[in-house]
Amino acid sequence: MKPALEFQSVAQSFTTHNSHIQVLASIDLTIQEGEFVCLLGPSGCGKSTLLNAAAGFVSPTQGKVKFRGNLVTGPSPERGMVFQEYALFPWMSVEDNVAFGLEARGESKDVIQPRVAALLAKLRLTEFATRWPRDLSGGMRQRVAIARVLALDPPCLLMDEPFGALDALTRRSLQDELLQLWSELGKTVLFVTHSIEEAILLADRIVVMTHRPGKVKKDCLVALPRPRDPSDPAFNALKQEMGQLVMAEQHAFENAERLSFTAD
Amino acid sequence: MQWLRKIARGLAAPALLLVIWQGVCEAGWVTPQALPSPYAVGLKWMEYLLPGQAYDPASQSWLMWVLSGELLRDAGGSLWRVIIGFLVGFVLALPLGLLMGANARLREFANPLIQVLRPIPPIAYIPLAILWFGLGNPPAIFLIALGAFFPVLMNTIAGVSQVDSIYLRAARNLGASHSRIFMSVILPAAMPFILSGVRIGIGTSFLVVIVAEMIAVNNGLGYRILEAREYFWTDKIIAGMLSIGLIGLAIDLAMDRLNRHLLRWHRGM
Ligand SMILES: Nc1ncnc2c1ncn2[C@@H]1O[C@H](COP(=O)(O)OP(=O)(O)OP(=O)(O)O)[C@@H](O)[C@H]1O
Ligand SMILES: [Mg+2]
Repeated sequence: MKPALEFQSVAQSFTTHNSHIQVLASIDLTIQEGEFVCLLGPSGCGKSTLLNAAAGFVSPTQGKVKFRGNLVTGPSPERGMVFQEYALFPWMSVEDNVAFGLEARGESKDVIQPRVAALLAKLRLTEFATRWPRDLSGGMRQRVAIARVLALDPPCLLMDEPFGALDALTRRSLQDELLQLWSELGKTVLFVTHSIEEAILLADRIVVMTHRPGKVKKDCLVALPRPRDPSDPAFNALKQEMGQLVMAEQHAFENAERLSFTAD
Repeated sequence: MQWLRKIARGLAAPALLLVIWQGVCEAGWVTPQALPSPYAVGLKWMEYLLPGQAYDPASQSWLMWVLSGELLRDAGGSLWRVIIGFLVGFVLALPLGLLMGANARLREFANPLIQVLRPIPPIAYIPLAILWFGLGNPPAIFLIALGAFFPVLMNTIAGVSQVDSIYLRAARNLGASHSRIFMSVILPAAMPFILSGVRIGIGTSFLVVIVAEMIAVNNGLGYRILEAREYFWTDKIIAGMLSIGLIGLAIDLAMDRLNRHLLRWHRGM
């Protein structure tokens, strides 16, 4: 196994004019090439912050993030980001959104057109190619966003609660599509979610984070065979176990909140 | 048929006003000196619109002759000033606004100055404009440009500084260069604000051109209605005012079309 994404004692704090918060405290985590890792943790524990550091949007206050052995110093299309809010450019048609990265890379029309058409076909978006993002449902928008990062064929995908805003049915079908793409394309995926079920359904490995300051609380392999079935007793047993872990963390978080309130 | 009905509905209120106006005049409640009847205004309007001389193929082409009426020359003069003045103001305000919107440090630096200058109405610059530029087109263009400058500047700053950072992050993640981010992300994201600034700016330009023409030049619609007052030609004053209103309406409709086209991606357009 080859390490793809490495977090080495990554710490992150933010200072605003009236406060200083430690969001991440010394995260050590290595994600192997081709691995699908889900990041679970209570709200506000720093999952997005960790993902932003991996994307290179912010550099950590301490420690290093490395990708394929190289220090991450800024954003790069080799680590494609998919946002919960889709972040499609509303002034571009679906196909122009998907072509954006290729155009930025300076590819010619002859390269861009077939590549965009193939991706739109793969994500069942062909008939929406010339529509505006506002005409699309949430699920379709997120498929466009996925096609947009896949256009540059990134070895690694960073996904921040990508299906968090979708209804249960749409979410299920997108989860299946993502697994399909992953097994077909062999990408490394770091996927943030709130949903324990989603994590068990998708991940090779689940990393549970503690409440703020975020640390790795538990790092466990999901041994269930694929395709996974949420009605399988083994699936449910794991869900129970993870649920207790996350709940304990959530309670610790709420108690800490209450304490900080009474302290005020 | 839909649009015919729409036009008919749009004309109802103006038609009602005309009827009341005509009624008031015929009843003799006002002197023609204070308020001539719509019919008299209409006649004057035609006279103002049509060529003054008979057609003479030897001296000019037919088209030139048709366009040689005083009203058309005045309207052309006013419109020309609005366009030049607006463009001057726009060309200065847009890059400055883009720069200030993108750079918080520069914005903080220039903001106090802008806040002091912005509330001064362009009209208040008239004495200075005449001192600096004398009479004629230069002070008029200066005033109109000033009228366009601040709305375009303020809206461009607001538009650029409110661009959702998630678009910038997405673009950087996809490998876009600074110039591409600027052209393909910041500019279109700020476009709704910029266009509303343009619209306000054109409105202000149109307002200022009338005042500027009353003071600095001797043609244009503003000059003409002031001139008509000296001869007590109330009918011509009103015909001129209505022409101003119709041109303003035409400009606004054209802007609306442009808006709809440029913002066709936008919610609620
Ligand atoms: N740029 C920033 N400046 C100041 N504080 C920040 C910044 N970014 C994040 N934070 C703070 O860091 C904490 C963690 O934020 P983060 O978004 O990483 O949490 P999260 O685990 O993704 O939460 P959620 O599950 O709700 O998305 C929050 O309290 C947030 O307010
Ligand atoms: Mg988050």
